[in-house]
Amino acid sequence: MTGLRALLQPHRLILMAVFAAFVIWCAYALRWDWLPKYAPLAVEGLWTTIWLLVVTSVLGMLLAIPLGMAQAIGPWYLSAPARAFCTIIRGTPLLLQIWLFYYGLGSLFPQFPEIRNSELWPYLRQAWPYAVLALTLSYAGYEGEVMRGAFAGVDKGQLEAGRAFGMSRVTVFRRIWLPLAVRNVLPTLGGETILQLKATPLVATITVMEIYAVSSRVRAETFIVYEPLLLLAVAYLLVAGVITLLFSRWERRGSGARAPGATTATTGQAATKP
Amino acid sequence: MDALVEFFGLADSLKLLSLSPPGWGSNLLRGLLHSLQIAFGAFGLGLIIGLFGACGKLYGGPVLRDLLAIYTTVIRAVPELVLILILYYAGSDLINKAAEAMGYDRVEINGVIAGIWVLGLVQGAYATEVLRGAIQAVPPGQIEAARAFGMPPLLLMRRVTVPAMMSFATPGLANLWLIATKDTALLAIVGFNELTLETRQAASSTRAYFTFFLAAGALYLMVTLGSGVVFGWIEKWSRRGQPSLREGRR
Repeated sequence: MTGLRALLQPHRLILMAVFAAFVIWCAYALRWDWLPKYAPLAVEGLWTTIWLLVVTSVLGMLLAIPLGMAQAIGPWYLSAPARAFCTIIRGTPLLLQIWLFYYGLGSLFPQFPEIRNSELWPYLRQAWPYAVLALTLSYAGYEGEVMRGAFAGVDKGQLEAGRAFGMSRVTVFRRIWLPLAVRNVLPTLGGETILQLKATPLVATITVMEIYAVSSRVRAETFIVYEPLLLLAVAYLLVAGVITLLFSRWERRGSGARAPGATTATTGQAATKP
Repeated sequence: MDALVEFFGLADSLKLLSLSPPGWGSNLLRGLLHSLQIAFGAFGLGLIIGLFGACGKLYGGPVLRDLLAIYTTVIRAVPELVLILILYYAGSDLINKAAEAMGYDRVEINGVIAGIWVLGLVQGAYATEVLRGAIQAVPPGQIEAARAFGMPPLLLMRRVTVPAMMSFATPGLANLWLIATKDTALLAIVGFNELTLETRQAASSTRAYFTFFLAAGALYLMVTLGSGVVFGWIEKWSRRGQPSLREGRR
């Protein structure tokens, strides 16, 4: 009940009253008559955003594991390209990468008749494959770096114990190394996923209709500036809150035998990605 | 050199990137200059906001602490692009309303200044968290000792807290600087002529997308790698006289 008591301190009550007054003022003084007309489009946009976030995070993570592995223990001919990939992805703006793929590849592909006649062409003419590609590579670049540290940080004794029990290298990796590594960086991964959420509106610039693009369309069609943007900010806050909740639940579930001090190294790393 | 250019068929690309008028090189460099201007300004403003914010979060009263918590949480959860749009429209709207109320004409907002303000506010939220963590990592006895000797708060800040926290703050601040340089690309969306927008204009008017986007990527990468080296020096300098962290840990 300490949480409730902390909320009921007098200054917090006043802050909440001010906030409630602001919300009521927004509801009455601002224009919301466009909302019913655009609500279906907004729901669709929100769905696109979440879909993009989940798909690119999962694909990016699958790419990041070999990238981190190659950097942590790989021979130089694997670790050098992996490191170069991570440096390039992390060193250039995501917007530039998205435009490079969309405009660059998009203008290159039609020159080849083989591609134009292939089964994939109807997809390659749309914008979302390029958005997925760019966001996946970006997530993989940032997470590859995180996973390198995670793999290197797992106690060697654990791996040796697994080998001593006669586990094959693959089993050791699947049953011991990967779970321990992921568990240690779960807080960082949560922060990175929120950063990935904040990166999704960039794909609106290549005509993918996610929630940010919907709000720009409302702004362009009705000349209402602030209301869609406010609502958009609230939507992102809510999704970010859900991500935080999910990750803290995962963290609690896997924290039974966590080494003391393992969490301290990962706090404050949420600021690693634009 | 010429043979290499010939061999890779780069002659056309080089012509497009040349600095004299038929080429677009000077446009790209001007965009890079604008980007760097904004990044420097935003990073500096973010540091100032962050220093005050960190002190407010650590030593301020309950109201100030709650307000700062709201500021850092909201800024870090909402995409920079949305914040830039809100702050850009709201900021120029407010200034114009104020100008009209005082009887002046509507003013054109300078793109560089607006960009610095908007990105600086965003950077400030992250810098607050980085600096708060760094100040907390300073052994409290050092700050208490300075207080016990009667140092006034500002002198304490300048002589004890800031130098002692530098080594803890540099990695986070290096990250923030990289974010600042890359976030300048977002100003392309509000139509500000920084490197990314200049690149896109050059690319779409010449149809040489790969040439220009790769060239701009190389420019950004040069800035990133260069600042990595500089921050390495700063970190080494701020760690002078301290035992190596690496030996202490394992």
